[in-house]
Parts: sequence; C-alpha cells; structure tokens
Amino acid sequence: MASHELSPEYVRKIARLARLELSDGEVARFQPQLAAVLGYVNRLSTLNLEGVEPLTNVADAVNRLDDDVPGPALPIAALLKMAPEAHERFVRIPRVLEDGGGA
Amino acid sequence: MNDSLSSIGMAVRDRRVSAVELARRALESVRSDEPRLKAYLQVFDDEAIRQAQAVDERIACGEGDSLPLAGVPVAIKDNICLSWGRTTCASRMLEQYESPFTATAAQKLIDAGAIIVGKTNLDEFAMGSSTENSAFGPSRNPWDPSRVPGGSSGGSAATVAARGVPLALGSDTGGSIRQPAGLCGIVGIKPTYGRISRYGLVAFASSLDQIGTLTATVEDAALALEVICGPDPLDSTSANHTVERFSHDLDRPVTGLVIGVPRQASNTANHPGVARAFEEAVKTYQKLGARIVEIDLPMTDYGIAAYYIVAPAEASSNLARFDGIRYGHRARIGAGEGLLELYNRSRAEGFCPEVKRRIMLGTHVLSSGYYDAYYNTALKVRRKIKADYDAAFIAEGCHAILMPAAPGPAFRIGEKVDDPLAMYLEDLYTVGVNLAGLPGITVPGGFAQIDGTRLPVGMQLVGPAWSEGQLLRIARMFEHECPHGAERPKPAAV
Repeated sequence: MASHELSPEYVRKIARLARLELSDGEVARFQPQLAAVLGYVNRLSTLNLEGVEPLTNVADAVNRLDDDVPGPALPIAALLKMAPEAHERFVRIPRVLEDGGGA
Repeated sequence: MNDSLSSIGMAVRDRRVSAVELARRALESVRSDEPRLKAYLQVFDDEAIRQAQAVDERIACGEGDSLPLAGVPVAIKDNICLSWGRTTCASRMLEQYESPFTATAAQKLIDAGAIIVGKTNLDEFAMGSSTENSAFGPSRNPWDPSRVPGGSSGGSAATVAARGVPLALGSDTGGSIRQPAGLCGIVGIKPTYGRISRYGLVAFASSLDQIGTLTATVEDAALALEVICGPDPLDSTSANHTVERFSHDLDRPVTGLVIGVPRQASNTANHPGVARAFEEAVKTYQKLGARIVEIDLPMTDYGIAAYYIVAPAEASSNLARFDGIRYGHRARIGAGEGLLELYNRSRAEGFCPEVKRRIMLGTHVLSSGYYDAYYNTALKVRRKIKADYDAAFIAEGCHAILMPAAPGPAFRIGEKVDDPLAMYLEDLYTVGVNLAGLPGITVPGGFAQIDGTRLPVGMQLVGPAWSEGQLLRIARMFEHECPHGAERPKPAAV
C-alpha cells in the first residue's frame, strides 16, 4: 500500500480538499490519530488480492425503470425554510463573482 | 412498559386501554428516566398525544384491523427524518434542521398505529460506538449509568432496555444496532441490505447503511419488521423482495439446524465474560439439537481495516452536502472572505472531531494517487469477506453463524474517547456483516461481571441474505432456552 507523508502540512492539505477549516491545535491532535488509523488499515497490503474483483455493490438487485409520472413535489416554502438565509424564492449566498469569490 | 407489541396492539384494538393512556404512560416513564439516561434529544409530549388520539379515533371507526401496532409507543433515532420536530443527527450542523418529510420506515410505523414519543441520541451522524460523539452529550447505560450504552444507536438501546418504550428504530452501518443492543441486553436486528427503505435516513455510508429495530424480544422484532420492511418507490436501493409474516411461525424451531462457529470469534481480545457467554451459547444450540460446525472467516481480522476505508470514503462524499448553503449551520464570514471560507468554517463549526476525522480519512483514501492503494484494495477485501460468508452458508450448509456482538461489555464513559482505533475495534464482529450486506441479529447472551457490576453480553447470529424469517426463528430458539433478556436493569433509586 502507498506510503504517505502524514506531515502537518499534509493534514492541512487533506482538510483543504475536504473543505474543513482546522486550527493548529486540531492539526496537532488529528495527525497522530489519522496516522494510527492509516497504519492499521495498511494491514490490507499484506493480502494477496490478485485476480479479485472489487465489490462495489452487495445488492443483488437489477436496475428498475419507473414510469415517468410526475408526483407531488415538496413545497418550495418548506425547502426554503431549511436554508440558513433565503431571499424571496432564492437561497442567499456570498458574492461569487468579481472580488468576492474564492471557490 | 413490559408488554409485547402484539399484546399492546390487541389491548388497544379491543379498547381495554386507550392509545392516549399508553402514550401518557410512556411519556411519563421516558421523562422520569431522562435525567439518568439522556437517551432522548427530543420528547414529543403534545404530538404523541395527538397521534394517540388519532389512533383511538381510527379504532372507534372500526379501522383496528389495519393497526398491528395500535398504541405502541416508539422512539426514533435522530438521523431518521420526521416532518415535525427537528432531525439533528446529534450534530451542531443540523441543530435547527426541520425536515419537510417523514422517513418511510417511520411513516409505516405511524400508519400501523404506533405513537412516536421522541427522537433518540446517537453518535453524530451515526459515527461511533458509544454515543459519546453526540454534540449534545453521551447517553448512559441503564445497567450502569457510568458506562456507555454502545452506539451509534445508543439512545434507542438505552430507552428500550429501560422499558421506556418497547420499540425503537436505529440504523446500522458497521454495528450501530447490534453492538448497543448487546451492551444494553436487548434484541437488535440489522436486516439484509435493501430490506427496509432508507428514504428519510440521513446518509452516512450508502453501500452499508440499513435501518433496523431495537426491541426487548425476538417476537417484537419480528412483528416490527413485518411492518417496516418492503420496497419503496422513494428509495431505489430498497429491494422488491417478498416480506414474509415473520411473527407467524416464529416459535417453530428450525429442524436440522446447522450453526457455524468461526474460529476467529474465539479472539484473545474477547473479555473473559464474553468468551464464557459465547461458549455457553454454542452449548445451548448443541443442547437444542443443532449441529455445530467450526468455520473459517479468515477475513475477520481485515474487516475493520476495509470498513475504515469504505465507510469514510462514502461519508466524505455524502457529507459534502453540508456546506452551509441549503440547510444546516452557516458560519459568519468577514469582509473580504467569500464562499470558500463560508464552506470551510461552516463545516469546521458544525462537525464534531470524529466526523472531521472520518471526512479527512475518506478524502485521503479517495485522493489522486491513493485511490487504488486504499479504496480499490478495500473493495477487493470486501469481496473476499462476502466470499467467506457465502462459503459458510453454501459449502458448509450453515443456517446461521454465531459470534459475540462485541468483544467486551459496556465500557466506561471516557475510556476510549481519545483512542479512535480502540473505539473502532468495538465493531470487530459486526462490520463484516454490513460489508457483505447480510442480516444480523443480537440477542441477550448472558452477563459479565466487571468491577462488581453485572453487565449484559450480546450474542450475534448472521444469516444468508433475505433469511430474516429463519434467522428470527433461530434467535427465538436461543431466547426461549436462555431468557437472559427477561432480567431487567434496576430502575433508578428514588
């Protein structure tokens, strides 16, 4: 199995990919914990898995086609009520164009 | 509340007791246990009475025959959506979240006449084995409130063990029904993958998640499953499989019974009390005329490793939806900050450390350059795990495989909280069943003595896919011979 550098910088990189803001304290705390778990899962690398197909789905079900019949939809008002900030029929988000972007 | 689901339903349908009266009693019992157990995140005093009134009215109108669970008080794990109250997943992220819909499994209970008294505590987003990862504080084990009830369906297990309600829904991704059922001395079943609709269950790891029940007895589990199993047009992963009337010939023993006993389950990691209960359980089946076959599940020692690749990978993807935009917690951002800061900070503030750890693990194992080494390898191991089980059922002819539900009884609150790996090993005997998509049931298997405290030990039975009817009968044989579940935890000293 791949060896990896679980440096604080690497923990920060993973957190960035996962869209998680981490404090320095969290980086220090998570680093040995993640290393311990990854060290443990590395035991899989001792297995001979030649010729074994990956199992992606345990369900023995086959695809099922439903008739394309419109059903009742959830009310827009109820869905908007879930949003932390809404404006009229829209969910409000920070500016993403011009200088307010970043994503 | 000590009565069976069927006797409660009958008494309410015959109008010997009203659903409202039963709801009041359940609410009172749950309320009085709450300071000690912290099993609930919400109790629905008014809504439960309203539901009970509706059930009494339906019975007065002659609809009793369609209400197998008339007046049965139930609790719902708080990662299962209801269209009233909040669905928090025990997370700050969803602390204020109100679902616009009700999960199919919960709706089926309501349609059958059950009364929902509250939402139970869990490890945040069902990630954990103790409920200590709840953002709202841990639940406690009714056998010893200084100990965990197990998890992640710990609140559901605690309230059923204390007889606050006779039935609770849980979810099981790697053992989250079977392990707490074992630690609390009750019955918990995770059915075959696809048996029960997951519409309205907040997704954790979609190839593993399954809703199931926690009850005092096997009979109650059988009746509850009859109500909630079956295909659902709202969940494309729910299977179109016939739902047998599990409760009907539950007491008929399985003839020519073959029980598989995995070599790997006599693990040195087992607590001596668990090892003893396991030996006793094997002897019990022998006494009942079963043929005991020693089997090999060589992948047992690799199950946790495969699980902690597959489950975090799926979790990191499923939990990407919590971004502070459409629902859930939204962080404040400063002038000059934008969407990215909003995502990163909302998630940082909303998730507990365990959820963050799993999201990061999942992100890592799926990241470019590591995907094949981790994720693909784990999926290959997953196939080998399934092949081990298939060999036991097909080549060895086992009707069920017997092993402990967990390596030890309930541990103390705080004991494993700083050692994620030790916590993960709690699920040593349960994760393989999810990875293989099989049904598994925990039954009370006796007691272990720790520090002068008598704590329950759970035994697990695993069957072939779709064999719930047979599995329940096999579990019932054991329960009938060894009614450990009849012993109840002592109520709180007043």
